[in-house]
Amino acid sequence: MPHDHSDHDHPHALLPSDPALRVKALETILTRKGLIDPAALDEIIETYETKIGPRNGAHVVARAWLEPDFRAALLRDATAVVCDLGYYGRQGEHMVAVENTAQTHNMVVCTLCSCYPWPLLGIPPGWYKSDAYRARAVREPRKVLAEFGVTLPESVAVRVWDSTAEMRYLVIPQRPEGTEGFTQAQLMDLITRDSMIGTGLAVVP
Amino acid sequence: MTRVHDMGGRFGDGAITPEAEDDPVFHEEWHGRALALTLAAGGLGQWNIDISRHARECLPPMDYARLSYYEKWMAGLAGLLVDADVLTRRELETLTSDMPSPLADKAVSADRVAPMLAAGGPADRPSAIAAVFKAGDAVKTRKITGNRLMDGGHTRLPAYAAGATGRIVMLHGTHVLPDSSAHQLGDGAEPLYAVAIPAAHLWASPEHPDDEVILDLWQSYLDPA
Repeated sequence: MPHDHSDHDHPHALLPSDPALRVKALETILTRKGLIDPAALDEIIETYETKIGPRNGAHVVARAWLEPDFRAALLRDATAVVCDLGYYGRQGEHMVAVENTAQTHNMVVCTLCSCYPWPLLGIPPGWYKSDAYRARAVREPRKVLAEFGVTLPESVAVRVWDSTAEMRYLVIPQRPEGTEGFTQAQLMDLITRDSMIGTGLAVVP
Repeated sequence: MTRVHDMGGRFGDGAITPEAEDDPVFHEEWHGRALALTLAAGGLGQWNIDISRHARECLPPMDYARLSYYEKWMAGLAGLLVDADVLTRRELETLTSDMPSPLADKAVSADRVAPMLAAGGPADRPSAIAAVFKAGDAVKTRKITGNRLMDGGHTRLPAYAAGATGRIVMLHGTHVLPDSSAHQLGDGAEPLYAVAIPAAHLWASPEHPDDEVILDLWQSYLDPA
């Protein structure tokens, strides 16, 4: 199947160089061959723009903060727990939840491509897929965190999870102080996408 | 050795630009179209995820470095479509065809999108290969990274983590081996582990003595340490 082509004979060189035209060209020929239904493309785009995104992950984290049994089950078998909530799916088939504590800060990257827990966090932001993040997150996570405005104390160890297989990682950020008595909905508003990747912290109200 | 995509630990990339939480999911209309096209074409069932990753990794290094994220997806898709005989080079070039495709009945319709995304593509499989490591065991990764079944082939041991000593954090079960699956050599399922490697074993100047990197690595990537 995939094999090496030289610069000039790679099939992509046959397409227009402008990216938008290139996508249009592929869609056109695949549609003409009956291999693509443009309405299905609209449906996929709408799904990731409006239905599947970081609110799903925030729901899981808020429940973990509120319910000790849920938290224990999530840490034991995240796949089963998110499946029960209807958050199983493509790029989230094998989930692991990792919890930030006073001693450990977790952060997720995919150095080899852009693996990310789609059903819980949606499509990754541009920076997650950037060369800079992929190259640097494993070697200098603290400098990377500083670029996100996060400074960790010396007493906290950083664990960077490089998603090299089909396992997908969800960071459970620390629950901010002063949120006792908050409802699930109030807590969800504090749980950012970045805090569930580990490049941010939950918002302090 | 691996390829241009294997960039973990590399120097020289500069600062990261965070994005606001409410930034658009797709910054350009064609980004969403490129993603959707890739998923829908994958739904034809002519390749698996390991083959599609390898298609992007096989881009010439200069193209890989020059193209933006979704441009790489489109270039990878063009390669896959030709290599899998879904389209001819001439069809790609002229955007016309007088040949209907025998795969047309597999085209993903709008009402099949939700079930397709919900079903996903789990990678765990039964395997006759027993797990030889348990949590806490010391292991060493292969010194020389690279596919042992296909020279220059797909593999998931990053170069920065080759020849490093770490410890098993957890066993994930038995999973499809990408080195095999990407080349249509079968699933080759074997035990998959999370392996923690101290930053001090990976980098000349680690940021903190207690920091570590955890990778998911297949049993055949590992030896006892």
